[in-house]
Amino acid sequence: MLILTCPCCGVTADETELAGGGEAHVRRAGPGASESEVEDYLFMRENPRGPHFERWRHAYGCGKWFLAARDTATLEVFGTYPAQTTEPPEHIRAAITERHPGWRWRDFS
Amino acid sequence: MAETSIYRVPTGMVLLRGEFGAVGEAAAHVAGLDVPEQRRITGGPERALAWMSPDELMLFCAPGAATGLAQALEEKLTGVHHLALDVSAMRVRFRVTGPFVREVLAKLSPADVSPAALPEGEVRRSRLGQVPAAFWASGTDSFDVVCFRSVSDYLEELLAHSAAAGPVGFF
Amino acid sequence: MSARLPTGGRLLDRSQPLDFTFDGKRLHGYAGDTLASALLGQGQMLLGRSFKYHQPRGLVASGAEEPNALVGLGEGAFFEPNQRATAAELHAGLTATSQNHWPSLEHDVGAVNSALTRFLPAGFYYKTFLWPRSFWKHVYEPFIRQSAGLGKPPQEADGSTYEHFHVHVDLVIVGGGISGLAAALTAGREGREVLLIEQTAHWGGRAVVDAPQIDGQSAEDWVKSALQELETMANVRMRTRTMASGLYDHGYLMAYERVSDHAPATPGPRHRLWRIRAEETRLATGALERPLSFAGNDVPGVMLASAVRDYLVNWAISPGDRTVVVTNNDDAYRTALALYRAGLAVPVIVDARPQVTGALPQAARDAGIRVEPGRAIVKVDGKKRVTGVEIGLQLGEGGAMEHIACDAVAMSGGWSPAVHLWSHCGGKLTWDEAQALFRPDASRPPRGDKGQPIASVTGTANGHLGTAAALADAGLELDVSEPAEEPMAPVWIMPQGAGPALKRKMFLDYQNDVKVSDVELAAREGYESVEHAKRYTTLGMATDQGKLSNINGLAVLSGALNAAIPATGTTTFRPPYTPISMGSIAGAARGPLFQPVRRTPIHGWHEANGATWEPVGQWRRPYAYLKGAEDRHTAVTREVQAVRNSVGLLDASTLGKIVVKGPDAGRFLDMIYTGRPSSIAVGKCRYGLICNENGFLVDDGVVARLAEDTWLCHTTTGGAEHIHAHMEDWLQCEWWDWQVYTANVTEEWAQVAVAGPKARAVLESLGGMDVSKAALPFMTWAEGELGGLPARVFRISFSGELSYEIAVPADRGMELWEALLQAGAAHGVTPYGTEAMHVLRAEKGFIMIGEETDGTIIPQDLNLGWAIAKKKEDYLGKRAQERPHMADPKRWKLVGLEADGGAVLPEGAYIMAPGENANGQRHTQGRVTSTYYSPTFGRGIAMALLIHGPDRMGEMVEVTDGQGGAITARVCDPVLYDREGERLDG
Repeated sequence: MLILTCPCCGVTADETELAGGGEAHVRRAGPGASESEVEDYLFMRENPRGPHFERWRHAYGCGKWFLAARDTATLEVFGTYPAQTTEPPEHIRAAITERHPGWRWRDFS
Repeated sequence: MAETSIYRVPTGMVLLRGEFGAVGEAAAHVAGLDVPEQRRITGGPERALAWMSPDELMLFCAPGAATGLAQALEEKLTGVHHLALDVSAMRVRFRVTGPFVREVLAKLSPADVSPAALPEGEVRRSRLGQVPAAFWASGTDSFDVVCFRSVSDYLEELLAHSAAAGPVGFF
Repeated sequence: MSARLPTGGRLLDRSQPLDFTFDGKRLHGYAGDTLASALLGQGQMLLGRSFKYHQPRGLVASGAEEPNALVGLGEGAFFEPNQRATAAELHAGLTATSQNHWPSLEHDVGAVNSALTRFLPAGFYYKTFLWPRSFWKHVYEPFIRQSAGLGKPPQEADGSTYEHFHVHVDLVIVGGGISGLAAALTAGREGREVLLIEQTAHWGGRAVVDAPQIDGQSAEDWVKSALQELETMANVRMRTRTMASGLYDHGYLMAYERVSDHAPATPGPRHRLWRIRAEETRLATGALERPLSFAGNDVPGVMLASAVRDYLVNWAISPGDRTVVVTNNDDAYRTALALYRAGLAVPVIVDARPQVTGALPQAARDAGIRVEPGRAIVKVDGKKRVTGVEIGLQLGEGGAMEHIACDAVAMSGGWSPAVHLWSHCGGKLTWDEAQALFRPDASRPPRGDKGQPIASVTGTANGHLGTAAALADAGLELDVSEPAEEPMAPVWIMPQGAGPALKRKMFLDYQNDVKVSDVELAAREGYESVEHAKRYTTLGMATDQGKLSNINGLAVLSGALNAAIPATGTTTFRPPYTPISMGSIAGAARGPLFQPVRRTPIHGWHEANGATWEPVGQWRRPYAYLKGAEDRHTAVTREVQAVRNSVGLLDASTLGKIVVKGPDAGRFLDMIYTGRPSSIAVGKCRYGLICNENGFLVDDGVVARLAEDTWLCHTTTGGAEHIHAHMEDWLQCEWWDWQVYTANVTEEWAQVAVAGPKARAVLESLGGMDVSKAALPFMTWAEGELGGLPARVFRISFSGELSYEIAVPADRGMELWEALLQAGAAHGVTPYGTEAMHVLRAEKGFIMIGEETDGTIIPQDLNLGWAIAKKKEDYLGKRAQERPHMADPKRWKLVGLEADGGAVLPEGAYIMAPGENANGQRHTQGRVTSTYYSPTFGRGIAMALLIHGPDRMGEMVEVTDGQGGAITARVCDPVLYDREGERLDG
């Protein structure tokens, strides 16, 4: 059972206090978007074995959404960060690089 | 074995959302209390101001005082983007008192409720059994526990069940 | 026959005799006994029957690893099957029953299975019962069901209570043997916060039985002084009877405390499940002795050498008058010497090793015990009890050279560290060739959230079988005096060249009856992976999870495959280490606390006034109120008629209420809803639809504009939390620069719908607010005092009648309800439930989330295009609704259905289309979404989704009747009641 530290309130929370929200950094495709963009937005997900970026909500706590970088195989957490961003912050990427040199996730590396 | 007492504390509550600069100042002024730091609660049993999230405070006050305080906040914050609501009826506040009160909670919550992790003045929002709750040490052998009204009977029974099973002897 | 010796037994308190029963027989033991030792003390060696062949089985072990001695404990509400007799502490009045036999333990009909041994080999489940097909139902399945399973489930609800306990600690040490105690001393002296747990009732583990000298004292005294020191440390906490059952992700350790199994009358929980977050879990879990695989190694009386020693030293049990010891290592000689010292006969020590030169064998020789190197037990004689052994060459093929009469056999195949917890969460093992054992590989530990090791291992569990080495590994360099041991020699089959006849009698897994021949068969049939072989043979799949059999089994598999043991690898170790009670898993969540029931402020009144409930999420809403002898149908009819003809009251408090405020709130709501809430005037209400980004309709409700910058969004009962979460999601994660705050104030308000032609009259008699048509027209709201209560009154209708919804602070909800009952008395005001509400809305053709929608329905399917602001540039779900499939004219669309003869159509029934599909099923062209008996029209009414539905008014269709037939129905307008809206506008 995972533990994640909510960057919004600082609590290290048990998985049962959190609600998962799927993949992070999904770019919305609204009106005007092509069919394939909509398909990517609604249905296509990374599902990697290794580093991954996820959305979590501190549902039983401060109620805020946050993002987490986590290794899906080892469950190592490279860090959590506020949801108000379109890309992972540098220190999170560096933490991943330390463990997985040359990693790539969508456009991020 | 010393008894654990569990009772409802009639309380007024005002929910306040906003950026803590201006809104915190208004809350401090209206409540006559310091603005709490992250996860902290200021004040005492009669009136307290709790940090609920980065943009949310909860003001606990005497029953019946919330409407006036919410209005006062509203006036004070004219022109400032915020949300202040009297939510006194929405939640129930319990006081749980007894020599092993921390163990009563530790049976129900995944949060670390040891004295080191949850000292007086610190609020933990977590889970008790299957419902969300906020709790903080309101004295040496005493905790205040706040939950939603609809599940207050459940939580009261759960707390009583947990207390009746006796101490674990850990904390 | 086993017996109690007149003296000795370090755990026994002979001043406290205890009575207990086994299969109704009254037996005697002492305080300090386990059920196993007490039974042995009374000569009861036969304790159960095996799973497959119903072979007679006795005790093999003395601890957690015992595979055979499973019994039922307790009676009635306190009965529990499948309990290990070795782990059950004896208490006065303990009731035990043997299991898996019929009609009795001594004479079991199922033992005929053992005559069929040759026909029930590995994989028999997959092979034997295939043909002929008709035999499955009438012959094979009843046979398997009769034979399957061990104990019988309890017949009564569990009379005990249980609890969970969450703690966060720095270091948990698992195992209270000398390694665990040493580790606790080391860490405790360093000032670390330590929790030390031991699964049995006693500290000291094996050392107190094997009795080395530690630090100049006996092991027993050393343990005592260690405990004394630990008890003075405020930073060290200790628990006996607490078994670490599993180590999970991110250092989550589960431990199972048996609080009062040994003293059932004690108040408080029977079991406590510890949910521990530990920075580090240090495993001092010791090692388990391995059996040897020789023919007849399952006959009652064949036991592990260490178990024989335990029973003798701890409980003064003689396993028999003459015990043959068979071994591949020096340690088993301790058993021979202990038996000798107790005055019992050891006719021979059979040692598979060709050369036996160690200090312990020498001591045995000095005691006059015959030692036979290079020898094997070829076969054990006896059925329900050992009567003798045949001895031959270990390197031979099984020729018997000598028969030795004996009534017990003590066997030792070496030791396997208890690595289970290390492996649960991904820790890897390494093969120690010299000692022929797997031990934790410190370079590949289970890892936590920061990539750090979450477990460490110390002492015997780390492969340090000697006392001094184990203590040193745990951090204490102490002077230890014990005999040095010569290396063991791996022996996986005894004798080495045994043929098929012997191999069919060599048991690996006692509980599941898996033999050497089964594993070899699996290998021959191509099950080369250890995981496949496990499943094919069921090796290690019994309730003991193969604690004794795993290593022997995989060694046999390796041998059959000609592979090295580490190349074959182990199967996966999974929690729990030993079974834990279902009650402990449930904890407090039983009976009324099974799950929270959410109660509205008026719940108590409903309860006291005949409510029959409908669960909606965790709420209980009154389905209807039964008056006198009414059934549900009659009550619903009465309630519907009351609303249509006079006035009814509905507790609508459960409906979600979300306040949305801020400079950007209007713009935000225009994105959340398909319509344009920003254009609602202050004081007005409007119906709105919420879709997800897939375009599907997820919620609906009335939005009221409270102020220039504030809206109140009503949601469905089930939608309050997730729609609030949905709004916060978009605000926090997508439009975080928009100035909007939301609050879910559902529970702040009690809300009551007053519906029916007399609704206004009721409100007027409460007084305080102008609720006239002019002052408060349809789809408006007002705030004021109603009957002295601060109230918001919404002029909205879900029934098609003149209707008001009145909201007051929740703590005044009962006052409002009572006031309305009183004010409405003159009009026969009738509380109505959710079913009447459903019927009323269906008569009016209003859709209901969860009835007309199922997560695949878009508003357009429900003819709700009017609630979509088509000129709006964007809203959540807009783009998805433009996808080709969403715009397909062939989507099923909402219609009404009128069945022939006024019948009520079945729920969920399909509307059939001509022809059949490839599976011979009828084609479908639609389905019924809602169906009720309508008291207003005196016949069944239904709503349905139908291909090209709105264009097919008046057409007759065929609806499945659920019994293979069809009901004819006419397609009609779903709005049946007051199409002009005069009543709700009245």
